[in-house]
Amino acid sequence: MQKDAGPAIIVKNLHKSFGRQTVLNGIDLKIGKGETVAVLGRSGTGKSVLLKLIVGLHKPDDGSIQIHGQEITKLSLEELNTIRKRIGFLFQEAALYDSLTLEDNVAFPLRRHNKIPEKEQKDRARELLSNVGMDKDFTKLPSQISGGMKKRVGLARALALDPDILLFDEPTAGLDPITASEIEELILKLQEERKTASIVVTHDLHGAKTVSDRMALIHEGDIVIEGTFDELRKSDDPFVSRFLREGKE
Amino acid sequence: MPGAFFEWFGEIGFFCGRVFRAAVTPPYEIRELIRQLDEIGSKSAFLVLLAGAAIGVVLSLETRNSLIRFGAKSSLPAIIMISIVTESGPIITGLVVSGRVGAGIGAALGSMRVTDQIDAMEVSGVNPYRYLASTRILACALMLPLLTLAADFSGVVMGWVANTIAEPMSFRLFLETGLKHMTFNDFLPPTFKTVVFGLIIGVISCFQGMRVRGGTEGVGRAATSSVVLSSLFIILADVVLVRFIIVFFP
Repeated sequence: MQKDAGPAIIVKNLHKSFGRQTVLNGIDLKIGKGETVAVLGRSGTGKSVLLKLIVGLHKPDDGSIQIHGQEITKLSLEELNTIRKRIGFLFQEAALYDSLTLEDNVAFPLRRHNKIPEKEQKDRARELLSNVGMDKDFTKLPSQISGGMKKRVGLARALALDPDILLFDEPTAGLDPITASEIEELILKLQEERKTASIVVTHDLHGAKTVSDRMALIHEGDIVIEGTFDELRKSDDPFVSRFLREGKE
Repeated sequence: MPGAFFEWFGEIGFFCGRVFRAAVTPPYEIRELIRQLDEIGSKSAFLVLLAGAAIGVVLSLETRNSLIRFGAKSSLPAIIMISIVTESGPIITGLVVSGRVGAGIGAALGSMRVTDQIDAMEVSGVNPYRYLASTRILACALMLPLLTLAADFSGVVMGWVANTIAEPMSFRLFLETGLKHMTFNDFLPPTFKTVVFGLIIGVISCFQGMRVRGGTEGVGRAATSSVVLSSLFIILADVVLVRFIIVFFP
């Protein structure tokens, strides 16, 4: 229990390269419980890689990642899976299983980890879908719904195991402004209700400002600045100024 | 190029190790295995029956003329049955299933890889080597002998039909004449060697699918390479297995 006392996520001196390409070059980041941090940066700067490292999909070359005080870089797969049950992940394209219906997509993690009767799993999946505004079309396939709807279903699936950490990879990418704003409102509503620690990876400055308490800007493999939007605005770093100027605020 | 060749073998060995470890440790994915048995088995049955039937007819037509020339027409049922059961049935089944199932598995897992579905599964705490790969590989290995039996049956029946059109003969007499020259060693080892064909199809197509890189183009490449490589390895394995059967089941 003592392990849960500190921040939800601590990333220290994280390095990751793919072949000769260095993607992350000594990242440090701390996310408190109930806090939402937006990780910003240009495309291809390793924002999504950072999320995949945090959830154990990639192994770092060097550095440390602690989730609720537990170092995850050296865990066995079984131990890592125990930690993963506490993390909800919304993928960039939602990553819904295309052979399963919407309710089966949401029920998938429940079937694996919760030994509850199938009827209850289905009811719980439908309840989660309703919470994200998908109160019909439970039996449709992912190919039959729009991009915004897919994100909602992906969000419902991410919430299935009642996680206390949520990771959002470009939650509004590829959506029209109205749908993007609806997804942002949904994220805010969930944070209000669940008080999860969240990381929102995005290059959308407006969205980041709306959903986050704090922002971190990645450039050339490292975090160049961290703070509130106002703190970022006061920065005289040329890259930060340019990013904020060019960003669609 | 030789480096890539050895790298491929190294990676597939590592992949087999991960799948084996996942397959023998709980939880067991029984429901998914049954779904894959249906997907791979019953949905390939029609194609396999058709291929077996075609082989039976062709064998009957081709062999009949040759045997008449050598005055050995009475051996026709035995020759048809032995060649179908020992070689044509198993190899045709292996190749037909590698075309239908190998391409399907390669494309399905490849598209799951490029759309992050496999990552999503891992994040949900589900081992994709267990849920996706081991179930498909096991289903291929279990279904191949059954599909081979179907191909053998269809080949023998259609061989008889083709023979009967030329020279009427009861099916019972056809079977009795054919079976008189056969032993269990002619039947069981060739049928069970298709378990190896199933393993080859399952392992190669799951491996090619799960290592896809490069978007939809990569998915296409995975589907093609699954079929090409599994067909090639089935033929190579057949050479080794035939020799093995001749030595150990004379």
